[in-house]
Amino acid sequence: MTWLLQFFQSSIGKKILMAVTGLLLAFFLIAHLAGNLMLFGGPEMFNNYVLSLTNLKPLVRIAEALLTLIFLGHVFSGIRVTLENKKAKPQSYQVAPRSATSNFYSRTMAVSGSIVFIFLVFHLQTFWWSFQKMHGNDADFYEVVVHSPIGFNNPLVAVFYILALILLALHLRHGFQSAFQTFGLADSRYKGIVEKTAVLFWLIIPLGFISIPLYFGFIK
Amino acid sequence: MRIIVQAWRQYDRNSEGNFESYPVDNVSEDMSFFEMLDMLNNQLLKDGKDPISFDHDCREGICGTCGIMINGRAHGPLKGVTTCQLHMRSFKDGDTLVIEPWRARAFPVIRDLVVDRSGFDRVMEAGGYVSVSTGGVPDANVIPILKDDADSAFDAAACIGCGACVAACKNSSAMLFVGAKVSQYALLPQGQVERKSRVKNMVGQMDVEGFGNCTNTSACEVECPKEISVENIARLNREFVKASF
Ligand code: HEM
Ligand code: SF4
Ligand code: FES
Repeated sequence: MTWLLQFFQSSIGKKILMAVTGLLLAFFLIAHLAGNLMLFGGPEMFNNYVLSLTNLKPLVRIAEALLTLIFLGHVFSGIRVTLENKKAKPQSYQVAPRSATSNFYSRTMAVSGSIVFIFLVFHLQTFWWSFQKMHGNDADFYEVVVHSPIGFNNPLVAVFYILALILLALHLRHGFQSAFQTFGLADSRYKGIVEKTAVLFWLIIPLGFISIPLYFGFIK
Repeated sequence: MRIIVQAWRQYDRNSEGNFESYPVDNVSEDMSFFEMLDMLNNQLLKDGKDPISFDHDCREGICGTCGIMINGRAHGPLKGVTTCQLHMRSFKDGDTLVIEPWRARAFPVIRDLVVDRSGFDRVMEAGGYVSVSTGGVPDANVIPILKDDADSAFDAAACIGCGACVAACKNSSAMLFVGAKVSQYALLPQGQVERKSRVKNMVGQMDVEGFGNCTNTSACEVECPKEISVENIARLNREFVKASF
C-alpha cells in the first residue's frame, strides 16, 4: 500500500489521478448527454426516461456515489496541483507574452474547472434536487426542465448553462489530450487517434449539451 | 542603433532586486546579444557602477550555461537558439529589452541574471548515468538498435541543461529536462540495467527540488533551444508508471 500512496504523492502520480478522474467524468458526459437529448422527443419520452431511472434507484445511487467520489478526487487533486504550481513560481516575469508559447485554454484549467464546479452546484441544486422530491407516474420532469422558473424558458438560466458549457468545452479542449500525454500515450504512434477522439469530447459533446438550453431557451 | 536595456539588478540571494534602465548607443546589428551586454558593462564600469552579472561560457550554443529571459521569451525571440547565439539584428533601433533571470523557486537568483541551477545537477546525480561497465566505444552495428530509437535517443541527448524549459513553464516544471535525460538512456541498451531505478530516483529528486507539476501546456517545447519534443515528457510519464507498478 505504501508504494501506491507514494506513487500518488509524486508529481506524475498526481497528474495520473487527475487524468484518470477527468477522463471518467468525460465518459459520464456521454451517458448524460444521451439521456438529455430525449428532451427533444417531447414530454412523454423524457418523463418515461427519468421514471425508468427512478425504477433503478439502487443502481443509480451507486453510480451517483462513484461519480461524486471521482469528482471530488479530481477537484481535490486539481486544487493541490494548482497551489503547488503557484508555489513553484514565486515571482512572475515583468514581461510575459504567454500566448506566444501556449494556448490560453491550457493555462486556465483551474479557472474553467472552478466555474464548471459552481455551475454543477447550481445544476444539481435545481434539477437534481427537484427531481428527488417528485414521485409517481404523473410526475412531469419535462415541465421542470423546460417551463419552470429554474428551467430553460428563463433566459438567465439558459445563458448560464451555455456559458458554463463553453467553459467545459475549453476545459476538455486541453484536458482530453493532456490526459493521454500524462498516460504517455500521446506520442507519434497514438497522436492521430487521440486528436480525432478529442474532437468528439471537447466539441461535439459540449455542442450537444448546448443545443438543449439553446433550443428550449431561445428557439422553441 | 540605440537600445534601452531594462535589467533585473539584485545584489545577492537575500536582497530584494529591482529593474534598472540603461541606454546603450552604437549597437551594431552584427553584434551578438552578449557583445551588446559586454559593451554596456564596460560603460557601467567606466561610470563606477557594478556591471550586470550574467552566465555564459562557450558562447557557441553547446554548453547550456547561458540563459536570459528577454522580453518574456526564454533565450530571446528566436526559435531553437540559445541566448549566446542571439544577435542584435533580431532587434531594431529604439527597442527596449526587458531582461530577467529564469524565475523558479528551484532556481534561486544568485546575482542579477545568474540563477542557481544546481537542482538540475542533483537530479542528474540521482540517476542520470550508467554505472555498469559498457566497454569502450563499440564498432558500428555491433549492437543492433532500431533507427527510430537511435534517432529519438540522439534527439533527447541534445539537451544542454540550460533550464529554459523550467523558466518558460508557468509551473516551473522540469519535466522536459528530466524527460530528455530519462529518454536518452531508456532507449538504448546501455541504459537498461538501471532503467527502473533511474526514472524513479530522478523524478523523486525533481519533486524534492520544488519544480512544479507538468500541466502539458507545451511552453517548454516552444522555448527549448535544442527543440526537445514533449514526446519525451510522454515517455517519462510512461517510464515512471511502468517502473512504479
Ligand atoms: C465535468 C467536469 C469535468 C471534466 C469532464 C474534467 C476533465 C478533465 C480532464 C480530462 C483533465 C485532464 C487531466 C490531465 O491533464 O492529465 C482535467 C484537468 C484538470 N481539471 Fe478537470 N474536469 C472537470 C471538472 C473540473 C472541475 C470542477 C475542476 C475544478 C476545481 C477541474 C480542475 C482541473 C484542473 C486544475 C486540471 C489540471 C489542469 C492541467 O493538468 O492542465 N476540473 N479535467
Ligand atoms: S530540455 Fe531544452 S530547455 Fe530544457 S534544459 Fe534541456 S535544452 Fe534547455
Ligand atoms: S554560453 Fe554556452 S550555450 Fe550559451
